[in-house]
Amino acid sequence: MTIIEDGAKTKERWDPGVQSYAGMGYWNPDYIPKDTDVLAVFRVAPQDGVEPIEAAAAVAGESSTATWTVVWTDRLTANSHYQAKAYRVEEVPGRPGEYFAYVAYDIDLFEEGSIANLTSSIIGNVFGFKPLKALRLEDLRIPVAYAKTFQGPAHGIVMERELLNKYGRPLLGATIKPKLGLSARNYGRVVYEACRGGLDFTKDDENINSQPFMRWRDRFLYCMEGVNKAMAETGEIKGHYLNITAGTMEEMYRRAEFAKELGSVVVMIDLTIGYTAIQSMAHWARENSMLLHLHRAGHSTYTRQKSHGVSFRVIAKWCRLMGVDHIHAGTVVGKLEGDPATTRGYYDTLRENHVPANPQNGIFFDQDWISMPGVMPVASGGIHAGQMHQLLDLFQDDVILQFGGGTIGHPYGIAAGAEANRVALEAMVKARNEGRDLLREGPDVLRNAAKICAPLEAALSTWGNVTFDYTSTDAPDVVPTAMPSA
Amino acid sequence: MKLRHGTFSYLPDLTDEEIAAQIRYALQRGWPVSVEHTDDPHPRNIYWEMWGLPMFDLAEPDGVLAQINECRATFPNHYVRVLAYDASLGRQTTAMQFLVQRPADEPGFLLTRIEGVDRTQQYAVTSYATSRPAGSRYVSG
Amino acid sequence: MTVMDTPNGFGYPRPSATGPAGSEPEEQPAKSVTLADDAELDLSADEAAARVEQTLASLDAELVGLAPVKRRVREIASLLQVDRARRRFGLTSSRPTLHMSFTGGPGTGKTTVALRMAAILHALGYIRAPRVHTVTRDDLVGQFIGHTAPKTKEAIARAAGGVLFIDEAYYLFRPENERDYGQEVIEILLTEMENERGDLVVIFAGYPDRMATFFSANPGLSSRVPHHIAFDDYSYPELLQIAGLMVASENFRFDEAAHQAFSEYLSRRMEQPRFSNARSVRNAIERSRLRQARRLVELRRPLRKEDLVTLTADDIYGSSVFEDSTDKSG
Repeated sequence: MTIIEDGAKTKERWDPGVQSYAGMGYWNPDYIPKDTDVLAVFRVAPQDGVEPIEAAAAVAGESSTATWTVVWTDRLTANSHYQAKAYRVEEVPGRPGEYFAYVAYDIDLFEEGSIANLTSSIIGNVFGFKPLKALRLEDLRIPVAYAKTFQGPAHGIVMERELLNKYGRPLLGATIKPKLGLSARNYGRVVYEACRGGLDFTKDDENINSQPFMRWRDRFLYCMEGVNKAMAETGEIKGHYLNITAGTMEEMYRRAEFAKELGSVVVMIDLTIGYTAIQSMAHWARENSMLLHLHRAGHSTYTRQKSHGVSFRVIAKWCRLMGVDHIHAGTVVGKLEGDPATTRGYYDTLRENHVPANPQNGIFFDQDWISMPGVMPVASGGIHAGQMHQLLDLFQDDVILQFGGGTIGHPYGIAAGAEANRVALEAMVKARNEGRDLLREGPDVLRNAAKICAPLEAALSTWGNVTFDYTSTDAPDVVPTAMPSA
Repeated sequence: MKLRHGTFSYLPDLTDEEIAAQIRYALQRGWPVSVEHTDDPHPRNIYWEMWGLPMFDLAEPDGVLAQINECRATFPNHYVRVLAYDASLGRQTTAMQFLVQRPADEPGFLLTRIEGVDRTQQYAVTSYATSRPAGSRYVSG
Repeated sequence: MTVMDTPNGFGYPRPSATGPAGSEPEEQPAKSVTLADDAELDLSADEAAARVEQTLASLDAELVGLAPVKRRVREIASLLQVDRARRRFGLTSSRPTLHMSFTGGPGTGKTTVALRMAAILHALGYIRAPRVHTVTRDDLVGQFIGHTAPKTKEAIARAAGGVLFIDEAYYLFRPENERDYGQEVIEILLTEMENERGDLVVIFAGYPDRMATFFSANPGLSSRVPHHIAFDDYSYPELLQIAGLMVASENFRFDEAAHQAFSEYLSRRMEQPRFSNARSVRNAIERSRLRQARRLVELRRPLRKEDLVTLTADDIYGSSVFEDSTDKSG
């Protein structure tokens, strides 16, 4: 940090009134980030007439110590230590008027083990700041020193596999449909059929809580009847993500305790309950040997558009720190938003121990997870058995593939739909291990598997050609450039 | 009833060539491979009996198949499975697990319900086979 | 962007098809239709034959002397090629017995020839990988009851699809001790060697006289080992030639006096006990390099390339072979 000794300049800096953020020390191109700093990269779109450097400095200022005017009380602090420093600004390739601003925050700015505090600083006020047209938090480097203050996933990928006694293949799930309106008895039927047919998990939808058509306690009772019956029928461990999302923490704990009492292996929460509630439930889940499934309900309101909001790769990082065991992270081939390269960045962030910077996947910083367990990503939404080769090739083994409609909508019934998915998956894993090229031979493998499994045959002819082929809104800005052909 | 245990339990039982191909996949990744058997297929019976120690540093699956065959010959009516283990940092757990033999007759499981207060149920899954003492289960005829 | 045919799969870096030894694309024994009686088969046009020829050529180039060994290897290779041809005509169906014994003193090239033999067997499709797993008694025999079978099976498992090379095989047999576990090893090996479907090739190696005793005491084993190759001790001129090649291959050279010194060294060393042919020559050269290094460091002057490559007579005469004799004579 340059210390400005010049008397005249010092006077200028502390003169009452309005000053440029850059002039107040929030822009420092010479700053060398420390290993313990939290680093952020923002996509900044300054208002017309606002210099990019000043905009970056304003972001650093407004997300740390600054306010709109000079205050003398700053001089009672080691101000330069607490100031965030914008240290680099670069143009976004191919998007005029947008800049990547790199900002370093000293670790002292944040409370240990609190995502609420971290986010109140970094995305607290600054996103409404008038001199900016739009602002997006693209990536965040969590220093090891800060990561160590979080619990991390209640169990993580390895422990989840050991709890379920299932190895060497993706897990299978399905969300009970229709989302709303089923009575507890009918709802439990779907759980039973899907689990006995071959799925590992079934799932409440994000908005299944405790409505007039089905109260939570009844749902839990009937779902667990279905889960246990399916376990006795197949001899393998099954689970239903019992959604414990509720209006108050007290109510959530009550529901979680009841799920535990009934012997469930997993409970579920929605992202909408808030970061602190998620952290609380993650601690509860570890204490009670319960897997914790997170549905990212609501995230698209701020993650999807490139111009403004928070990238999902940052949300994924926060979720790993907060300590969930599962999180929905996109399917690429399904019905929901998901550019392949960007999605790959999410999966790496959730699963790997060390994630190197890789702009092609939207990863701006090296991130070291210091052996914090990985989060199991969930691929859900508009996927079906006919895509099994693509899904396995994209995501490998550590993923939960959720086929809601693809199971429950099967023409022969739910158990048949589940069986079709399981046979397709096992045949594909077997073929991959035998060294076959999934993308090329996958359709053959599926057709051969269908010869010994009528439900798979039916699934392939029902959905074989369904694709969701739309352009992604959130693709990385850096793409591998092909050599220009002369 | 057909026990659904391990990665390939919804496919037809693997042939020895198919088993060898899966083992080769494990060996190519440097995973040691081991053979285990049991007459108690409860889904939470984690520790099956080890058929010898895990086999390290093999290049070809022949040795594992020889052990599988010995185990099958000794326990013709037990479940026999193959496991591969991944010792790399961040994994340090089982990497593969699949059945290579199942008893001719699989009686399945009994689901017991014990009624609790407020409509709750306590569930227990019991293998019919384990109603007999170890060693005399799955004796057909 | 067309999402459905996304080419870049992701997840763990995918290990290439070539994993550890033995995982390279496999050459399957020719399984084609039986040829007609009047068909013609050109052995020299066979791709496998070309690889065999290449291996034999490198054997010739690598090893000094050993003419009888090279002749035997070539004979065995021809036998197997013809066997393959006969199979194409439907004249043979069973797999030939390929187990071998290599007899000869230490340092006569048995291990090198075993490696080349594995390459030949692999080229002709008799084994899955050109791999040699070398073991001695300690790797096979256990120390307590129930320990031997797993150890032997483990060794066989590691050698699977390749060659199991048992050095000093006669130590497996200790007639003076009836309860020696070595007998158990021999029985397990025999079972494995009699397995028609297996493709493990076992090579037994050791001193000629003791191997003869070993085989006569184990006729069952002997009958499963049709190929014997005898490795003679190297002659004095051959050993000198080997020394020259070894020195040159490591970018050294003997100066005039050193040549003389080394010839003198060799004739003395050959008279001494535990002389191990090429191995002793290699050891002698390595020790003279040590002495050269010490000499160069003690020069305490800038060194030229010439200094670094030259082994002098002093570097040779420092050997204990000369000390002993001067002590005795003087």
